[in-house]
Amino acid sequence: MSKYVVRRLLQMIPVILGTMFLIFAMVFALPGDPTAGKCGERPCSEAYIAKYYEENNLNDPLPLRYVKYLGQVAQGDLGENQYEVPVAQDLEQRYQVTGKLALMAVGFEVVIGIAAGILSGMRKGRFVDNLVLVSTLVVISIPIFVIGAVGQYFLGVRLGWFPVTVSGDATVYQLLLPAMVLGSLSIAYVARLTRTNLSENLRSDYVRTATAKGLTRSRTVGLHALRNSMIPVVTFVGYDFGALLGGAIVTERIFNIQGVGGYIFRGIQTRDGVAVVGAVTALVIVYLFVNLLVDLLYGFLDPRISHD
Amino acid sequence: MRGTTRTVAVAAMSAVALLAAGCGSGSDDGGTEDTGSDTATGGEIVVNGCTPENPLIAGNTSETCGGNILDTITSKLVHYNAEDASPEMDIAESIETEDNQTFTVTIKSDYMFSDGTPVTASSFVDAWNYTAFGPNGQAGGYFFTPIEGYAEVSGEDATVEEMSGLEVVDDQTFTIRTTEPVSNLPVRLGYTAFAPQPEVFFEDPEAFGRNPVGAGPFMFDSWTEGQEIVVVKNPDYSGEFGGSLDQITFRIYQDTDAAYNDLQAGNIDLITAIPTSALIDDRYQSDLPDRNATAETGVIQLIGFNTTADPNLTGEVKKAISMAIDRETINQQIFNGTRVNATGWVSPVVDGYVADVCGEFCVYDPEAAAAQLESAGGYDGELELWYNGDGDHKAWTEATCNSISDALGISCTAQPAVDFATFLTAAGENEYGMFRYGWQMDYPSIENFLAPLYSTNADSNYFGPYDNQEFNDLLTQAAAAGELEEANSLYQQAEALLVDDMPTIPMWYGKAVIGWSDKVNPVTINAFGVPDYAGITVQ
Repeated sequence: MSKYVVRRLLQMIPVILGTMFLIFAMVFALPGDPTAGKCGERPCSEAYIAKYYEENNLNDPLPLRYVKYLGQVAQGDLGENQYEVPVAQDLEQRYQVTGKLALMAVGFEVVIGIAAGILSGMRKGRFVDNLVLVSTLVVISIPIFVIGAVGQYFLGVRLGWFPVTVSGDATVYQLLLPAMVLGSLSIAYVARLTRTNLSENLRSDYVRTATAKGLTRSRTVGLHALRNSMIPVVTFVGYDFGALLGGAIVTERIFNIQGVGGYIFRGIQTRDGVAVVGAVTALVIVYLFVNLLVDLLYGFLDPRISHD
Repeated sequence: MRGTTRTVAVAAMSAVALLAAGCGSGSDDGGTEDTGSDTATGGEIVVNGCTPENPLIAGNTSETCGGNILDTITSKLVHYNAEDASPEMDIAESIETEDNQTFTVTIKSDYMFSDGTPVTASSFVDAWNYTAFGPNGQAGGYFFTPIEGYAEVSGEDATVEEMSGLEVVDDQTFTIRTTEPVSNLPVRLGYTAFAPQPEVFFEDPEAFGRNPVGAGPFMFDSWTEGQEIVVVKNPDYSGEFGGSLDQITFRIYQDTDAAYNDLQAGNIDLITAIPTSALIDDRYQSDLPDRNATAETGVIQLIGFNTTADPNLTGEVKKAISMAIDRETINQQIFNGTRVNATGWVSPVVDGYVADVCGEFCVYDPEAAAAQLESAGGYDGELELWYNGDGDHKAWTEATCNSISDALGISCTAQPAVDFATFLTAAGENEYGMFRYGWQMDYPSIENFLAPLYSTNADSNYFGPYDNQEFNDLLTQAAAAGELEEANSLYQQAEALLVDDMPTIPMWYGKAVIGWSDKVNPVTINAFGVPDYAGITVQ
């Protein structure tokens, strides 16, 4: 097991370096002069452009810039973005907010999604099952910005139950509504995944054996069937956590959350390569670790999947 | 220009293009802001803001996010009247000139920076030299172009650090000498880039940009990255434009919709632009009854033509194209009536504006347009109207193209460039025959709508370049004119020349729409489309 973990960790190094280079190359390959538009609707002065290029190492060839950048990163310096704020400082702050939001969303996803999935899986074809199926269908078919905007307007502005936007502190209460909105789509998927897998497993031989042995229904379902049904769900939730970290742009905009998604979006728009590379690299690392965690969970859920 | 640069700008030029306001916003509180600082009733307000793109340095800020904040914490020689944008003396006691070329500036002695140091003649001269000096790479450097010696200091490898045209006479006096007569120089001096800087700035400009010091009615208090910027009343401020507020918090929003919802929920007090979603059917007027204001702004939307890229686009053809565009319907359908149809190349907010310069050629008349095209010998080719895809320009450029195709039978397609940077680069390289263009004034002068765009060597002349010697001559004469009236009349003659050549087609003037909470009394919009903070009082 520990050997497996070490091997996986070592494998991460080339993956990180490679993705960083790809991101780096792609961001800086975007067309357009990064200084165009910096001075309003007129070109910047020669002097301004020269200083800008100098400060951002834009005169060097790409591989050299990448090496220089790696050298900086190795010393723990992610560089400064165009606003002349250290990227590391920005990321630290923004990943805290986004991390909290994503964790809360995943929390909703797991609790509500799995509970709904179990209920409908065990009562297949009955009222609860139909209710879950129809309600998840509704959620899946409505785009998230509609859910977000409508939720914000009615629950926030009209009823005043939730804060309308999220302040800089991003308290749990403020993030409650955004997290529900963000997690809503995944709740639907988790519920459906759980339901399908559980009802499938409930028909299998080992469940019949367990029931024949005289195990109670809750033990049969909880210990045997559910555990086996969780593998696809865990895979999905793990992937989703990564996606929520970087892809919450829409929700972040609606609720004015100063998170990572908006940061990357703005970075791309303003040709802020340093900011984008830093933020995306951090995202890649999170993805890799979550994937490792998911793989380890497999072994726990199904002992046949061994990591030795 | 203080651009609405890409992120903001782009939005700004479209839905929010509501920057700048000006003339005739039926203001409720009578002419001058007489709310002197000691009649203060106090009060704190929260306003929506956006992240400044640069550190807060007056000479290096060319976009509205930082500019609006800097305007509250800096005073300049001249202040623009909140109602009609006319220049009023602020720090300057007087600005005198005999020949429009040598200006003697006398400043008031009681202005202080918020760090307690006095504002002297050197505060200006040093700041301007710093901004103009090429190796400092300041975005606002070009504002000093008319000053003698600018050419020597502005190169990227310049070694001369001081413009020869600036001379400190004593603590209260300095002189400005320009290379050529510039009759409207005093009007320009109210722009942010001309703000004085305290000594502490020159010691460490970088640290200063995060903690700026100015001589304005407010002083910088704090900046929480990505969240808010707070300015508080400057106790040492001795000018007349202070107003009564104790504190303004600029809360940073990524999206005006979020800010608008916060306004409705009472979490913020003032919103500087209404989101498109609330403009539809004038929804904001029922959401914010008696709590909104509209005013025309110093912004103009144009369609530019590059005759180098497409020589077939003669003046006569462009007239036909202009007459084929149904400005009013597009304004109503796409902008919800938040624009004003343009009838010339100069915004109505500036002194010297005359209506209907473009005359019949800016009025929609599909039959006359077709006839005009025929008499112009027709147009052989397909039109492509370029726009930057990161702004809200798709809908209106497509509608404009449809309008042209319907009336003239020429194929016209709206073509997006990836983003504003790509767009501006390509426009500068003569790649687009026809493209959208927007201009927001730097300072309220008729000259600012003509010289930077259409004089042959101007920075923003993306139109071929547009090259008309008669036009250039008129601008030169106007700049040398002794009287304002005379200058304006020459500028008007120059503007009239544009009708023949149509380097651009005027489309719309901008309009600003703002809203406020029931905590504050009615707010007026100044000539730049920004709320007049000095006039705001809290209930």
